[in-house]
Amino acid sequence: MRGMFIILRRDLLLMFRRPGEWLLPLGFFIMLAAIFPLALGPEQQQLRAVAPGVIWTAALVSSLLTQETLFRVDAEDGALEQMLLSGNSLVLLVLAKTIAHWLLFGIPLTLMSPLLGAWFSLEADEIWRLMLTLPLGAGVFSLLSVFTAALLAGERKNHFLGALLCLPLCMPAIIFAVAAAKGDTAPLLLLAALFSFSATVLPLAAAGALRLNMEY
Amino acid sequence: MMRFIYSLASPPGFYKFSDKVRPFLWGAFVVLAAAGLYGGLVLAPADHQQGEGYRIIFVHVPAAWMSLFIYTSMAFMGAVSLVWRGKIAALCARQSAVLGASFTLITLATGSFWGKPMWGTWWAWDARLTSELILLFLYLGYIALTSSMPRRIADQAGALLLIVGVINIPVIHFSVEWWNTLHQPATITKLGAPSMHISMLRPLLFMAVAFMCFYFATMFTLAQAALLQQEKGAKWIDNIVREKSERSKQ
Repeated sequence: MRGMFIILRRDLLLMFRRPGEWLLPLGFFIMLAAIFPLALGPEQQQLRAVAPGVIWTAALVSSLLTQETLFRVDAEDGALEQMLLSGNSLVLLVLAKTIAHWLLFGIPLTLMSPLLGAWFSLEADEIWRLMLTLPLGAGVFSLLSVFTAALLAGERKNHFLGALLCLPLCMPAIIFAVAAAKGDTAPLLLLAALFSFSATVLPLAAAGALRLNMEY
Repeated sequence: MMRFIYSLASPPGFYKFSDKVRPFLWGAFVVLAAAGLYGGLVLAPADHQQGEGYRIIFVHVPAAWMSLFIYTSMAFMGAVSLVWRGKIAALCARQSAVLGASFTLITLATGSFWGKPMWGTWWAWDARLTSELILLFLYLGYIALTSSMPRRIADQAGALLLIVGVINIPVIHFSVEWWNTLHQPATITKLGAPSMHISMLRPLLFMAVAFMCFYFATMFTLAQAALLQQEKGAKWIDNIVREKSERSKQ
């Protein structure tokens, strides 16, 4: 467990020293969301209706941007090898990476969503519901991103492949998250179930993939 | 029984086994497909609601079954190759991917050919169509992943992806079905009676078994070719070539 916290702390520290890396996807998220009113027209009623779908699509697309840096830097400078050799459980390492990713992507996303809510003229309770779904859904995205990034940890150029692998697996999360943001309780529970299920299965698979890539 | 399974896991054992079963599979495919097509296109009566157009199900439904069956069996082979590091299982999974993707594509294409006259549209975001589309994406992801990596990693990384994918398939299917009932309350009702008449069911089952034979026959053929390439220069290949040339001399 201690190894996990050390890696988590290290990752967060590194990210605060290199803010560009995690701020970039967030900026992209904001800009992408700003494109939609321009493309669809400024009519308030229509924007309000599509807002959950648009915000979630923007979140998904910008989460794909974060994948590439997850393991690549550590794999290149040898840090990943050292972590593997340290004898700590690989699953805990993967969990630490996932939590770091979630703290620097899912949580800022949630904090920014009131701003987007205002752009799309959402009511207060709608914004509230959106803020409830974002951490859960972004958690599923983080887990899936870490899994696909681990699969491709040994690859130098994998810009599109990771996105291609991740997208179909993200679809259930998108469906439940958008429906939950629109105001039903059942999809919120289903999203929570999906999140806990993914949190059980995916770190194991990601650890396996990481070991595989380091062995050869 | 166990010895048989072990022999399958070794390249020469697998090669000889597929040499033996391949002709039977191709033969069964030709006979069953001929019977199924004749029964489906000629003998079976026209549907009282859909007319002649329903006959596309004799290709559509077996292809849809195969698309799911192949993904599941690929995940099984992937698990085998992960646990026992079996080369053959990984090889079969890799060869199956293109076949599975083709069956998925056939399902989607025939589905939309059927949809145009019946639903009046080429594409509807129907639950089953949508999950079939996502299945196609999963196949393409697997193919893209395994073809972009060196083979030793590709086999096992692909196996992991397959296992995660196969766990996800029920979730995807459920979520899409749930999403679909939410958005489109009964705009598309299922046409035709839920149960089938025996004169339609029989050719359908023939076709399903024929497709299954086709899959295994093609998979074995592809796997043999890939195996020869992979094991180039191995001694057992020389032995097999020598045996064959001696047999043809006699």
